[in-house]
Amino acid sequence: MKKLLLTLLLALPVAGFSAGGTNWPMEDFEGDLHNLPSLQNGFALYTNYCMGCHGLQFQRYQRTADDLGIPHDLALKNLIFTGQKIGGLMTTAMPREESKAWFGAAPPDLTMVTRVREPHWVYNYLKTFYVDESRPLGVNNKVFANVGMPNALLELQGVQREVCTDGQCDELVVEAGTGALSPEEFDAAIYDLTNFLYYVSEPARLERQRTGVFVLLFLIILGSFTYLLNREYWKDIDVKH
Amino acid sequence: MDKTEAQGSKSGLAGAMEWVDARFPATETFEYHMSKYYAPKNFNFWYYFGFLAMFVLVNQLVTGVWLTMNYVPSGDGAFASVEYIMRDVEYGWLMRYLHSTGASFFFVVVYLHMYRALRYGSYRGPRELLWLIGMVIFIALMAEGFFGYLLPWGNMSYWGAQVIVSLFGSIPYIGPDLMEWIRGDFLMSETTLNRFFALHVVALPLVLCVLIFVHLVALHHVGSNNPDGIEIKKNKDENGVPRDGIPFHPYYTVHDIHAMVVFLFIFCAVVFFAPEMGGYFLEKPNFEMADPLKTPEHIAPVWYYTPFYAMLRAATFPLFGLSAKFLGFVVMIGAIVIPMALPWLDRSPVKSIRYKGSISRIMLSVFVVSFFILGYLGTQAPSKAGTIAAQICTAIYFAYFVLMPWYTRVENTKPEPERVTG
Repeated sequence: MKKLLLTLLLALPVAGFSAGGTNWPMEDFEGDLHNLPSLQNGFALYTNYCMGCHGLQFQRYQRTADDLGIPHDLALKNLIFTGQKIGGLMTTAMPREESKAWFGAAPPDLTMVTRVREPHWVYNYLKTFYVDESRPLGVNNKVFANVGMPNALLELQGVQREVCTDGQCDELVVEAGTGALSPEEFDAAIYDLTNFLYYVSEPARLERQRTGVFVLLFLIILGSFTYLLNREYWKDIDVKH
Repeated sequence: MDKTEAQGSKSGLAGAMEWVDARFPATETFEYHMSKYYAPKNFNFWYYFGFLAMFVLVNQLVTGVWLTMNYVPSGDGAFASVEYIMRDVEYGWLMRYLHSTGASFFFVVVYLHMYRALRYGSYRGPRELLWLIGMVIFIALMAEGFFGYLLPWGNMSYWGAQVIVSLFGSIPYIGPDLMEWIRGDFLMSETTLNRFFALHVVALPLVLCVLIFVHLVALHHVGSNNPDGIEIKKNKDENGVPRDGIPFHPYYTVHDIHAMVVFLFIFCAVVFFAPEMGGYFLEKPNFEMADPLKTPEHIAPVWYYTPFYAMLRAATFPLFGLSAKFLGFVVMIGAIVIPMALPWLDRSPVKSIRYKGSISRIMLSVFVVSFFILGYLGTQAPSKAGTIAAQICTAIYFAYFVLMPWYTRVENTKPEPERVTG
């Protein structure tokens, strides 16, 4: 058994357990952390459609509200449904053990999903659910084949089906009128949601980049002084005796 | 007049210094190691990395202390505490990125520092012990990095450590028990995490600091080598000062300070703008908590171990009744320790690559290239072509050392100069 396990371990790179490779033509995603309305909308979408199952257990409401420019009382009234305090962690109310029984695996925490995967993976994943009666939940996904998650955004997107031509099923079409949002609105909503997750994965990102600019500028100034200091000392030294 | 009585006669700093010197060799030590330590005046680019390695060590120690203040070494707490540091601790993200980036840069500068020694024959007599101490530092550093990598308790931390620890299990007879002894458990667990934490934050930093101190003592006793590979101590003036030597302080202190700023610029560019370095400094699966039931798709150690990891995987067939895995382990350990023999493998009449013959130059070049290729292959999933390439590069890696007594003797060398040439 141990041997088998070790062989498996070493052979793993070719095996691949979860969703990695996909042939789906991925759309690009460029996060924008300066776009506060987008992040706020993403936050609202997340608490309304995702948080029932997926927690953001390492992130706090207060930090999020502050970073996204949302007053605490508004956040408490409209975004915190669990009765938590503003300083609380954004955990899900779903009990882990029971959710394991319902879905086969507990829905993962998504605090760092855009760092484990890529932001554009999340963006494409959320857009490519389609009807597949052969699956237990009646849906499948183009980016994450045989995914064990229902399409939580069905009411927004509407019913999406795959269209096959010559055995190639590389097109997804939404049945008109089945969703609350138009395709363009839905794309924008998914952008905001992904953008929010991109923010949550590393809330200090903007501060890091801002600080970095000053640090590098300081080093350039310091470096010109250390350069001159070095030159001043070494002008008397003739290396080639 | 006694020295201690003199303090009254001198004022201010000079008096205070005299008072100290009568009780502690402050001035003497400073002169011996800095202002009257004569270093060759022809140091070039490759001579920055010893100092830079020490600079990164300080960075690791300082940021490590601050990380330890908020890190929780437990199975439940470790991963969450790292995210707590990243989100809730003031400038915690900065401490963490300085530390994680510092780990990678430590190996960058140490590899360049070691390459310098290969290039200019710095391991040759009378610096054999200096080289051996340096090699022990390198091995201790690899251990330090390995123990530290488990601490974030990410999924790659967990499985990477599992793979490396399982290598010890391939040792005949004692393997399985040894593996259990290292882990302190039947699988990687909180027990393992706790002991790795102790080793990472207490034991190995102590060992490293002592070794680096000894490394410097040995260096200042024998004196620095230089790009020409000639001994400047052979040519001294009437005061006993090497004619090609200059005081380390102030000449090399101002040199190194400027190098430090240039280094910091590159370092900070990574820390502030690309701390993950495309998944090479912080691997993607490590943003997911350790899960004994979920193996990452592709387990690869951090980049600085990948040349050795590729050599480990290059052994694909059993031999003499020993398993391929154990042989791979032996090859890997061999690759890590074989440079220790360099002082006795190099039989060239000259030290520096500048005066060695063309075979030495070619061997050093292909050695470096194969090391890079191995490093790349170690990050990739194994493939048939990759394995063959790794086997060829492993052969080149060892050939550089094993054939050295031969090729350094048969080739034509150029005459060494009397004085340094800049």
